Formats: sequence, structure tokens, C-alpha cells
Amino acid sequence: MTKVVAVTGNEAVANAFRQIEPDVCAAYPITPQTELMQRFASFVSDGKVKTELILVESEHSALSACVGAAAAGGRVATATSSQGLALMWEILFITSGMRLPVVMAVVNRALSAPINIHCDHSDAMGARDSGWIQLWSENAQEAYDNAIQAFRIAEHMDIRLPVMVCYDGFIISHSIERIEYLDDDIVKNFVGEYKPLYPLLDIENPKSYGPLILTDLYMEVRRAHAEVYKKVPQVVLKVAEEFEKISGRKYGLFETYRLEDAEIGLVVLNSAAGTAKDVVDEYRDKGIKVGLIKPRLFRPFPYGEIGDALKHLKAVCVLDRADAFGGSFGPLYLDIATSLYPYSIKPALINRIYGLGGRDFMPEHVAYVIEELKKIVETGKVESFKEYIGVRE
Amino acid sequence: MTTPLNLKELSKKELRFTSGHRLCAGCGVPIVVKMILLAACDYPVVAASSTGCLEVSSCISTYTAWKIPWIHNAFENAAATLSGVESMYRALKKQGKIDKDIKFIAICGDGGTYDIGFQSLSGAMERGHNMLYVCYDNGAYMNTGIQRSGATPTYADTTTCPAGAVIPGKPQQRKDLTRIMASHGLPYVAQAAPSHWPDLMKKVRKAIETPGPKFINIFAPCNRGWRSRPDDAILLSRLAVDTCFWPLYEVENGVTRVTVKPKEKKPIVEFLKAQGRFKHLFAPGNEKMLEQVQEMIDKNWERLLKEEQMTLPKEEESK
Repeated sequence: MTKVVAVTGNEAVANAFRQIEPDVCAAYPITPQTELMQRFASFVSDGKVKTELILVESEHSALSACVGAAAAGGRVATATSSQGLALMWEILFITSGMRLPVVMAVVNRALSAPINIHCDHSDAMGARDSGWIQLWSENAQEAYDNAIQAFRIAEHMDIRLPVMVCYDGFIISHSIERIEYLDDDIVKNFVGEYKPLYPLLDIENPKSYGPLILTDLYMEVRRAHAEVYKKVPQVVLKVAEEFEKISGRKYGLFETYRLEDAEIGLVVLNSAAGTAKDVVDEYRDKGIKVGLIKPRLFRPFPYGEIGDALKHLKAVCVLDRADAFGGSFGPLYLDIATSLYPYSIKPALINRIYGLGGRDFMPEHVAYVIEELKKIVETGKVESFKEYIGVRE
Repeated sequence: MTTPLNLKELSKKELRFTSGHRLCAGCGVPIVVKMILLAACDYPVVAASSTGCLEVSSCISTYTAWKIPWIHNAFENAAATLSGVESMYRALKKQGKIDKDIKFIAICGDGGTYDIGFQSLSGAMERGHNMLYVCYDNGAYMNTGIQRSGATPTYADTTTCPAGAVIPGKPQQRKDLTRIMASHGLPYVAQAAPSHWPDLMKKVRKAIETPGPKFINIFAPCNRGWRSRPDDAILLSRLAVDTCFWPLYEVENGVTRVTVKPKEKKPIVEFLKAQGRFKHLFAPGNEKMLEQVQEMIDKNWERLLKEEQMTLPKEEESK
């Protein structure tokens, strides 16, 4: 049955890839992703997987090779971080535009300049409009579980879209945690045999991939493409339901924590949610009605469901581990604000930017924000909508 | 049975790149593509193209000129893309899901090969994928409107290195990509031209039957970019060979052979004067530039002959 192990986040995702055994993987080294593909390369070298591993000369070529491999007609995975994801940017849109179900682990890391190898979310946020489905993961267990579910979502015949599985660089990728592995057979059964759709290698039925489409039909193609994303949340929930049966672990579009009767709330992605939940508990013990929401399916963003979950609150702080320079607010804040816009009575909404370039996110930062929200509820006034927190003065 | 490379047999074969494509009248590229696919007629082929003339003209909206599986990804990544297709082929073959002997051929322009796609090409060749990469070299970014590329010949007039009062066209030498690819230590590298079709097709046939990564650089006249007569593509191709502007040779496992040696090496002006892009070189006072071009051609040709002499096995030399 399940096996309890102490492993890093990268090791857990490498193990998920081993269990799933994609037909082709292509990757290029970048910190903090590197360990994942190193471990996977050992599985290839030791004959534990039948995967063809393409060790390319750049991330641009890594994703380009994935596009070719996926179009050829088999299961494909890759992984990257930061600059690597930035270099892939052009091909991200081509992967989704061609409806190729590639799965990519994105080990979140800050973008240059200045160069920084540590965690923030500016890499994945830069790819949020690329048409990839994004699943975010709080810890190694969620990264492992999301990686397994990602293949089912990507390869679903109603979806056929690429999926990113995001987890925090170093904080999760390199920390050792207790996690539960599923049996190899159970994972293989869950993921199932790959079903090719219009494979290039079907010589008898030749297909052309990547046509030129100009003013006559481009708009129609894009409109049809937009329709597909509407089906994603239902598929994500269906896959989660099946995953619960094999793992006992429940997943939704997002996780709520002590939110139902809350008056103030926090919205936060990935590992910082773990820290924030502890502080929520402390405040609950003091009788403060605070709760939390942690989005899991960030693209397509479940606006209706999240707006519905937050609308009853009096004040909410969206914690962003990335800024949108030149824009007004952090990227997560903008989506939360959009979710709440349809409601005539809605919470006061503030944005706090934290943890850039791996700056530690401490319990006192959460406490500081909760105190701010309490004050907003008491006074009915918002003094500042957007601030950086945890900055050295 | 292997189809002999003669007109009688080849004319019975189906064209796998069909008419109805929208390449310009007189373009050298469709001629080259048809020759490549005819040379490979005994095998199923999966092709890839980079963004460029061939790509935008061969698969538009709901129409395609390709009767074989074909993929276009982006400008700079045809080699990486095809390396992915080829890897999936090996993966599925290993698993017993495919049993056919499929050949993989990338066909891309010089911009997508010499310049923006060079890293992707170099990487795919270094990794040893079993594929043939063909560059059709028309010496500029013709699809975007005749901008200079690393393949543009010295002094050519293009829209980004126009022949002006101070700068006489492209000041730099062209990149010798065929030699660069030979330096990768590939089992087979060649240079070919459509005017010498049996030589071209023999090279393609040899390449696809050689396991591992292969590269062929094929000359592809462009009357729009070169400002030549639309029906002169083959004539210009022949002149390029006869003037030694575009020597026909192959490098097979480190051995260089010049496959076609012109009976009489023609002066380079014969190639240049047929093209509007070199018109300014014939203005009075520019004789020096013509001499310079001739010197470059001579130097490269002599070096190639020397290379052939140096690498040719002894028994072949004595023949």
C-alpha cells in the first residue's frame, strides 16, 4: 500500500514521473529544478523507466522538443524554473495553441535582474496567460499528488491542454518532508494508457501541425480555444474525486481554511499557506474570526467559486509573492479583485507583496497582516491598498 | 526494392509535396522539396519546417500541400522539434507500438538555420538524433522582405544592408555553414544544388540511409530577392556551381569529396551580373569589389580542393 518516506519536493515529483513513465522527457538544467531531472536521469540510466530523455541545449529547445514529441503521439513531461520558463515563453503559447498535453513541473524561482536563485512566483505569473493550466502546491505531498493528477487533466479528451505543476523553489523543492507515496501499480492504473490524438507518427493518416491562419479564421480558432477552458474546472474536480479514492487525500479548485464563519481572510499561494494556517490557528484561539483561502487551480482561474467563497468577509488581504511592475497590484490580487467585483457587498481588499527572491515569510508577517485587517474592520478605513512587507529598512 | 534515381522511375512516383502551394512563380524551394521527397520515395517521411517562405506558403488555414505528416513549431526550433518527434518514434518503437522505418527530415530556410535556429540545429546534431536537416539557402530573409542573413553573400543589396552611397551592400562574408556542420563530426554533410539534380538526389538518398544526424545545404534561387528573371532559377543554380560560388561536395565520415567539378571554372561576374542585388558592383569605380569577390571565391575553392586531397583515402586518390 502507501509508503511513507522522507524526501525533498524534487525527489517526490521525480518519483511521480518515474511511476508515470512518460514516453519522452526533455529538460535543461536550472536551479532549483535541476535535482528533479538529475534524479529522473538516474531512473533512465538504471533502466527503471523506458522514457527517452532528451538532454537539450536550452529550455527553448526543451519545450520545442516536447512539442514535437507530444505531436508525434505519446506522453511527455518536462521541468524548469525562472529564466528557463522565461526562455520557453514563446513555445508555451504554441504548446497550448496546438492542444498538446505536456506536463511541466515549475519549481518557482525569482526572475533576473538582479539574478536570484530563490523562491518567488514571478516566473509562473509571467506564464499565466499562456494557455497552460496551472496547479499550485503547498508542500511536497501536494506537488507529488498534483503531478499525478496533471497527466489525467492534460490528457483528458475534452481538454488536451498542457499543465504546469508549481511548487516553491528550495522551500519545497529542497526541504525534506514526510510524504506518502502511492504504489507504482496504483499510479500507473490511475494515469492509464496514453491515448494519442492526431499523432504525427500515423503515417497512413498524415496531419499538418502548425498552419498559417490569417484574418479569415484566426478569430474563430481563438474563440473555439477559449471554450475549452470552461470545461477545465469540472475535469479537475472529477480527477480529484478519483484521486481521493486511491489516496484518501481530498483536492478541490482551492482550499479553504477556517473560512466559513470568518470575518477577515487571507489569500495566499503555495508554501506560505502553511505558515499562514498556523498563525490563523493562533488568532482563532484568541477568538479572532480569521480564515484563509489557497488557490490550487490558478489557471483557468475559478472566479465564480472563489468570489462566492470570499464575498461574506469584511476584509481580505491577498498575499502576492510577485509584483506586476507598472501595473497597479500583484497578479493574484487582480484575480481576486475580479472575482469579487460582481458582488455589491464585498470585503475591503488589500494587497501585500512578500517573500520576493526567497525572503523568509515569517509568522510575524502573517500576524502583522491580520492586525492590519482587524484595524480595517474596526475603523472601516483602508490606509494603504498595496504595500511590501518584510522589507529591510 | 530501392527505386533507381532516374527520370523514368521517379516520374511514376507520387509527389508528396503537391501543387497548389503558394510559393512564388519561379521559386527554387518547391523544386528542392520535391527532389528531396522523391529521393526519399521508398520510405515514410515525417517533415518539419521552421517559420519561413516554405512554411507560410505550404499550409494555410484548412489547406496543406503536404501529403506526409508535417510540423511547424516556430522560427528557431525546427531541429529541436523534429528531435522530439524522432525521440517519440524511438520510444514507441522500443515499446513495440510502431514497426515502420520512418525517416525524419527538417526543411528550413537560411534565416532559420544559419542565424536564429543555429543553436537548436547544433544541439540536435550533437545529440545524434537519427534525422536529416536540410537548409534551403536563398541567402536572405525572403519571407519577411529580403533582409540580410548570415547566409547573404558579400556586397549583396538587401533591405537591411541596402547598397548606399557609403555602404555597398552587405560588408561581411557569409557564414560557411556547411563546413561548420562538418566540424560537428556528423557522419554525412553535403552541399547540393537543384541544377545538378542527380547529385542532389543521390546525396539525399545517401543521407537518409546513413544512421545518425545528417545535414545538407541546398542552394535555392529566389527571383524576388535576387532580382533575377523568374525562369532563371536553374540557370542561376548552374552558374553558382560553375563559378564555384556554391561548390557541390560531401563530407562523409570525415572524408571530403567534391562531387561535381566544373569543366571550366567560370568568372564570378557571370553569376553576379544576372542578379539585380549585385547591380551596384558593376557601376564604374567598383571594379575593386568585383576583384575582391573573385579572390574570396578562389581562396575558398582552393581550400576545398586541398581539404579533399588531405582527407581522401589513398586508394581513391590513385584512381
